Amino acid sequence: MTPQGFVQELRAATGHPAMAVYRNTVMKGCIDALEANFPAVVRLVGVDWFRSVAALYAAEAPPCDPRLFTYGGGFPAFLGRLEPAADMPYLEGVALLDLLWVESLTAADADALRADALAGLAPEALGDCRLIPHPAARWSWHPRLPITTLWSRNREVDDTTDLGDITWQGEGLLLTRPALDVQGCGLTAGGAALLTACAQGHALADAAAAALTEEPDCNLAAALALLLEQGAFAAASTSSRGLEP
Amino acid sequence: MKLTAGVSLKPQHFEEAERTRADGLWFEVHAENYMVAGGPRLAWLERIRSCHPVSLHGVALSLAGDGPPDALHLQRLAALVRRIEPVLVSEHLAWSRREGVYFPDLLPFPRTTAALQRMAANIELTQQVLGRRIAIENPSHYLALEGHEWSEVDFLRELAVRTGCGLLLDVNNVFVSAHNLGGDALAYLDAFPVAHLMEVHLAGHSPDANTPLLIDSHDAPVSAEVWGLYRHLLARTGRPVPTLIERDDRVPAFEALLAERERAGHAEVLA
Repeated sequence: MTPQGFVQELRAATGHPAMAVYRNTVMKGCIDALEANFPAVVRLVGVDWFRSVAALYAAEAPPCDPRLFTYGGGFPAFLGRLEPAADMPYLEGVALLDLLWVESLTAADADALRADALAGLAPEALGDCRLIPHPAARWSWHPRLPITTLWSRNREVDDTTDLGDITWQGEGLLLTRPALDVQGCGLTAGGAALLTACAQGHALADAAAAALTEEPDCNLAAALALLLEQGAFAAASTSSRGLEP
Repeated sequence: MKLTAGVSLKPQHFEEAERTRADGLWFEVHAENYMVAGGPRLAWLERIRSCHPVSLHGVALSLAGDGPPDALHLQRLAALVRRIEPVLVSEHLAWSRREGVYFPDLLPFPRTTAALQRMAANIELTQQVLGRRIAIENPSHYLALEGHEWSEVDFLRELAVRTGCGLLLDVNNVFVSAHNLGGDALAYLDAFPVAHLMEVHLAGHSPDANTPLLIDSHDAPVSAEVWGLYRHLLARTGRPVPTLIERDDRVPAFEALLAERERAGHAEVLA
């Protein structure tokens, strides 16, 4: 049997009974990887429901990269359009946070820009400054749903899963890795917009304008201080010189 | 340092592994899990590496595929090898990638002369890029494919002769395959070219829920039959061979893995 023929047999639900062993092993590998990569989603929906949905995803979008910790890039969007999950509109946003957590965990190492690195800059120089996000910084903002609360309560087995006291409003999350481990921190709409604008290469003055557009009441100084404290940046550069971490 | 028996290293055992001191102890990890840009996982492996030999076991080079190994994947493996300086590097007599899709399994192929030439070229390329010798492992079989021109043992021997690669003999895979395809495990071991042997794997298996097949599940202790085959193999080699207690699922406490490792040491004495 050629590899092509083998793949056809593997995908067909017929053939030699032993082919089912290979089919099951391949499917188990995909589902196990998704279960490992999306723990908060698993906890929200239960293992059995998760694994049946993961099987649907694996059939539609098998892995391309053997580094299975990267598998599931399209899984949040898949959950978002999955009809049986229509009564859980937050799943997509929570799944995205699981995905971002693994990305943060496996991103390149770098020293974080010190919290006081910008302290000596004159206001004009500060506005011209371009802040470069840390390679392990990941963030997300959801305009309507409390994805951060839902996600953080479902990441740890000991936490409560009672959703009764949750305020149903927009939330954001910042993930950083200033030392060895990933840490999470709530993020406002303005903070998220500020960081996104910095990542797009905008100077801090323009990033601040973007933050105010997104959140007119945004306390810019507090938002920037939080990003620096959390280690969201790796470096800063002005037109004339760069600042080391 | 002379390697005796080693164990699979899982993240939940990092701290105990770092603390443990035992003559000849070494650890093996799946290379793909550490192909990361940075972060705690790689930092842990480097800490383990600073106090124990580490072996990198790849599952995705797809050396028996119908083309060369994925260039980016091979580069990632080479980078990891440079960083970790593993004591052993191994891969499989199998394929797992085709047309951009990765199948998380070790898939079989007809052992033809054309397949031998293709795989030998892939091994040579890999050894050239890594700058070192690798070992090739016999997989578990579930399906009697048609069209084989070579026995598995002869195919492995020829690969070793042509490319200078070493061989990794998984005794559990020999047992499982003999059960599933109706072969003779002892005859397989007796014919195996032990001169090329670099490493042995021992693992547990489990019965399939739907068929009479045994599954190479790595989720149980090594079976009595496989320990018996291992002693038979050692009597043939006449020398201890670096031997891994391989465990990937239902991973027990670290002490339980070390106890199985001790047993591998005793088997060497008994052989």
